[in-house]
Amino acid sequence: MTLLEQFQLWLATIWPEWAAYITPAIVGIVVVLAFVLLTVIVFIWYERRLLGRFQIRLGPNRLGPEGIFQPIATALKVLLKEDIVPAKGDKLVHWLAPVVVFVPILLIFAVVPFDKGAIFSDLNVGIVYVVAISSVSAVGIYMAGWASNNKYALIAALRTIAQMVSYELPVVLSIIGVVLMVGSLSMSQIVESQNIPFIILQPLGFVIFFLGTVAEMNRCPFDLLEADSEIVAGYHIEYSGMKFAMFYLGEYGHALAYSCIIATLFLGGWQGPLLPPIIWFLIKIVAVFSVIVWMRSTLPRLRVDQLMAFAWKCLLPMAVINLFIVAAEALWLPEALPWIMVVVNFAFASILTLLWSRLFALGGGRVEV
Amino acid sequence: MRFERYGVGVAKGMVVTFKHLFRHPITVQYPEERLVVSRRIRGNELVWFPDRCTGCATCAKSCPQGNIEIVTHIGDEDKYVVDKFEVDTGRCMFCGLCVESCPYEALAMGISYERAQYRRRQLVLSKEELQLSDIRRPSGYARPKIEPTLPRQSLLVDWDREEGGQKLSRLPLSKKRGRGV
Repeated sequence: MTLLEQFQLWLATIWPEWAAYITPAIVGIVVVLAFVLLTVIVFIWYERRLLGRFQIRLGPNRLGPEGIFQPIATALKVLLKEDIVPAKGDKLVHWLAPVVVFVPILLIFAVVPFDKGAIFSDLNVGIVYVVAISSVSAVGIYMAGWASNNKYALIAALRTIAQMVSYELPVVLSIIGVVLMVGSLSMSQIVESQNIPFIILQPLGFVIFFLGTVAEMNRCPFDLLEADSEIVAGYHIEYSGMKFAMFYLGEYGHALAYSCIIATLFLGGWQGPLLPPIIWFLIKIVAVFSVIVWMRSTLPRLRVDQLMAFAWKCLLPMAVINLFIVAAEALWLPEALPWIMVVVNFAFASILTLLWSRLFALGGGRVEV
Repeated sequence: MRFERYGVGVAKGMVVTFKHLFRHPITVQYPEERLVVSRRIRGNELVWFPDRCTGCATCAKSCPQGNIEIVTHIGDEDKYVVDKFEVDTGRCMFCGLCVESCPYEALAMGISYERAQYRRRQLVLSKEELQLSDIRRPSGYARPKIEPTLPRQSLLVDWDREEGGQKLSRLPLSKKRGRGV
């Protein structure tokens, strides 16, 4: 039973039934929204500072202690800017696209378990819900690209569709590996069954899921849809003011949401010794986000064909093999011996990585660089 | 067997950026910290030495923009006396031709670089404003005698926050990072 349900039961003893039904929902929505917006603002600052440090710069450090108020100043600036709509664009779709991008990201947080019982709605199909909802923002990006009446925006939108569809498959297949071991789709069940985090039990699944989600949230090195050097800013080239802020928030909200999902699925969620569970959860999402920023600061952007090849030739077959291995282990290995599984899976992960990295040598390895 | 083909190249890159986390930031936080400029900088404005100037107006002739305005009259001992020496620095492009052409080294480029003004009129500098003062020092441009007296330029690579001129060093973890002010 989640905390909100307990709150509802308690309220029902003193308030009329309809009020006891509505109030916990509103409280939950406000808490989740506040968490998301605050964390996104902190993440924007954190990414800029960390990216600066990775590049031997300082990053924004002027406004407030260590520059913590810089995102707020940026937000105020963006709010006051003129809202420009292209004359020949599709006005309604242009207006709707930022909402369609941003809202699904907020919806993901409905099933993120922050603590034992601290989950907005403990759906029994939680992870399927996440997969379904997170794909909707691709539609929003496509709408933005279409409504802008701009060739670069449309190129970015088409790239997004290709990228999202391609990377959805390995991501879902690696989720199935987790679900097979847990035996449940519910997010809180997934956390509670992780006495050993799944990153140790399924290293290959983690790597596939991590890379797939980084591609889905359109971060470097998979940020082809807003590749500044080729298509200027991609799908949000014709956006300004508040609508652009929505895209910007959506981008970081996406990163935050997927950091939460990765932490929940593979890093053991809120589980951890000594510290309170919510602190452990925050530590884990910040760690995941730091690795994403680290990748962004290091790796160059992939070409479109390399991106597609990476999804279909590398991640997808590896995800299928990983799924078969995990299924066999879940079926035949005794549950009392998880360390055999760790050893076997690490061996398989390294062998498969070696085999598949051969594919990505230039010209199939025949051409010397 | 080339290990770069097996994902080691990516790992190497990641290690490089990770090492950067523990280095001094190279950023110069400008208004509080500043580097010493080149000794031969063609900085803002000119420095005019009235005792060396003969009023020959070579500088005014060499100026491509015609920024320098000189009015003279003949005084005692048949020498020119400079009545007016005005430079419109708003149109100056800091080519340094006036300094190079001066036969008596009576002009020099300035070493300063913060001379923004609120009014265009303030950019036109008179005879008194152009003379040597605490805030107006000559740079070593085309003036080899001045050059050795100036401080050496501090380069970004050898720049250190505390000392103003050492190697870009590794940072001990205990040191507070980031503010630097």
